[in-house]
Amino acid sequence: MMGFLEDLLGNVFWQAVIKSVAVLVIILVVALLIVWVERKIVSDMQNRVGPMRAGPFGVLQTLADGLKLLFKESVLPRKIELGAYMAAPIAAMVPAFLIFMTIPIGRPFTVGETVVTFQGADLNVALLFILAMSSMAVYSIVLAGWASGSKYPLLGGVRATAQMISYEAAMGLSLVPVIMFASAQLGGASPALGTMSMSQLVELQQGSFRGFIPGWFIFWLIPSFVIFFISAVAETNRAPFDLVEADQEIVGGYHTEYSGFRFAMFFLAEYINMFNVSAIAVVLFLGGWLGPDFGLPGWIAWAMPLFWFFLKTFILVFIFIWIRATLPRLRYDQLMTLGWKRLIPASLVWLLLFAVVTAWRRFGAPWS
Amino acid sequence: MAWRYLKQVEGFWVVFRQMFKPRVTTPYPKVKRVKPQRFHGRHVLNRYPNGMEKCIGCELCAGVCPARCIYVRGKDNPVDEPVSPGERYGFIYEINMLRCIFCAMCVEACPTEAITMTQLFEMSVQGREDAIYTRSELLMSPDGVVPHPQPQSKFNDLGELTLADGWMRATAAAGRAEYQGIRHWTPTAGAGHRPPEQGQAADGVPETEEESEG
Repeated sequence: MMGFLEDLLGNVFWQAVIKSVAVLVIILVVALLIVWVERKIVSDMQNRVGPMRAGPFGVLQTLADGLKLLFKESVLPRKIELGAYMAAPIAAMVPAFLIFMTIPIGRPFTVGETVVTFQGADLNVALLFILAMSSMAVYSIVLAGWASGSKYPLLGGVRATAQMISYEAAMGLSLVPVIMFASAQLGGASPALGTMSMSQLVELQQGSFRGFIPGWFIFWLIPSFVIFFISAVAETNRAPFDLVEADQEIVGGYHTEYSGFRFAMFFLAEYINMFNVSAIAVVLFLGGWLGPDFGLPGWIAWAMPLFWFFLKTFILVFIFIWIRATLPRLRYDQLMTLGWKRLIPASLVWLLLFAVVTAWRRFGAPWS
Repeated sequence: MAWRYLKQVEGFWVVFRQMFKPRVTTPYPKVKRVKPQRFHGRHVLNRYPNGMEKCIGCELCAGVCPARCIYVRGKDNPVDEPVSPGERYGFIYEINMLRCIFCAMCVEACPTEAITMTQLFEMSVQGREDAIYTRSELLMSPDGVVPHPQPQSKFNDLGELTLADGWMRATAAAGRAEYQGIRHWTPTAGAGHRPPEQGQAADGVPETEEESEG
C-alpha cells in the first residue's frame, strides 16, 4: 500500500491528477459547507432557525438545493448571445478553482523520497497569478450581464466593471507591502530579491517575537490587512458591496436570466471566491497553516496544520457573514467614493510609508 | 469624528448578541403554537343533543358570505321524520375552502348556531374538487363526531374539531354588557351546553354558570 502510494505520488503526472481532483473535491465541499454556514449564522443573527430539515441541523440543505438545480430546466432566453451566455458561468468557476490551486492548506510532507505539498501548484509568482485570476472573474460577470440580452443583467454587469476594477486597484496596492516585507524578512538570504510564492510566504511567518506573539505578517501590516479585507468584500460582491446583484434594485443583477445549474455555478463561484479571499488573507497575514501542534503524535500532528488553516479561514468567513448580516448596502456613489477617495489613497500612503521605513531599516538612513 | 465611527461599529455587537437570544421561529409540525380561543379553523355543521340538525336551510350564511364560497339549498322537512326542528333543512350544503377567507361571518349570520368554526386548519388537498367540503364532510354525526377528509396523523389533531366556536361563547356577545356570563346559545351534540368563555370580563366581574350539562 505504502509502496503504491509512493510510486503514485512520485510520478509528477499522477501527483498532478490527484491534486487536481483533491482541489476540486475540497473546494466543492467547502463551498457547500460555507453556504450552509452562512445561512445558519445569518439566521442565528436574525433570531431564526435557518435550514433544519435536510440532514442533521440542515447540513445537507445545500446539497439538496444543488441537486434540485441540477434537475431543473436551464432556460435559454430568446435574446441571449449564445456563446457568451454559455461561457460566462464557466468563466466564473474557472478562476475560482485556479486561485484555490495556489493556496497551501497544510504543511508539506514526505512520502518516500517525494515531498508532497498541500497545494495544487506552488507557483513562484502565485500572488500575481491570484490578482490576475481575480481580475478574470470580472469577465464572467460582464459577459453574463451583456449576453443575457436583458436590462437588469446589463446594469449588473456595468456596475461590476466599475466596482470590481476600482477595488482591484486598492487590493493590489495593499498587497505590495506584503511583498516588500517578505523581501525584507528574507534579507538577501535567498538568491532572489524577494518572493511571491505562497508556500514561502507562509514559511516566512514562522517563529514568534516577544515570546508569545506569532510571527504573522498582520502584526506589521494591519493597514494592509484592513484595506485588503475591505476590497476583498467588494471584489467578491458580498454585502454591503453587493451592488452587482442587488436583489432589491436590479432583481438578481448579472444572473437574473440564468436558471438551473448555470445559476448554481455562479452561486458556487461566489462562495468559492469568498473562501478564496479569506484563504489568501490567512496565508498572507495570519500565518497560513502555521499553528501549534502541541507535540501530538503521528497523524494528528500531520493534520493539525490543516485544522489551523481551516479554522483561521472560517473565522474570516464568519466575519464576512457578520458584515453581511450587519451592514446595509452602499449607494453607488458611496461605493465609488470609498474605493477611489478612501481606500486607494490610504493604500498609497501606507505603501509609501512602509517603503520608506523598510528601506531605512535595510539600507540605513539616506544620508548615511 | 472618531466617536461617530465607534457608533457604527456598535452595530456589529448588536448583531452578534442576537446569536445567543432565543429563536422566534416555531418548528411547526413538531411544535405547535397554542391557538387563540376564537381561532377560525374549518367549519362544522352542528346538531342538537337529540340528533336534530341545527341548520334550517335559510341560506343566510350563503347570503352574507363575502367570498361567495357557500352554496346551500333548503328543503321542506319530511313530515314523519323531520331532520331539523324548523320548517326546512339544508339538504345541500357546500363550502369551497379555497375561496373561504375564514372571516366567520356565516357564523355570525346563522340564526340557529348551526354553522360554527373549529380550530383545525390543516386542510391540504390534492385537487381542487377535494377542497369543496360537502354536507357529508361538514355535518357532525348525531353523537358529535365531526368527519374530516384527512385521517389523524402527526400533522393534524382531529381533537381540534370538537373545540367549539369561541366567538359565540364570548362573555359579552355583540359588546352588550348584560349578556356577560349568560349562555345565550343552544346545546350541541357531543359537547353539550358549552360554558361561557372564561377570562373575557374587562372589569374582572366573576362569571357565572360553570359546568356544562349533557
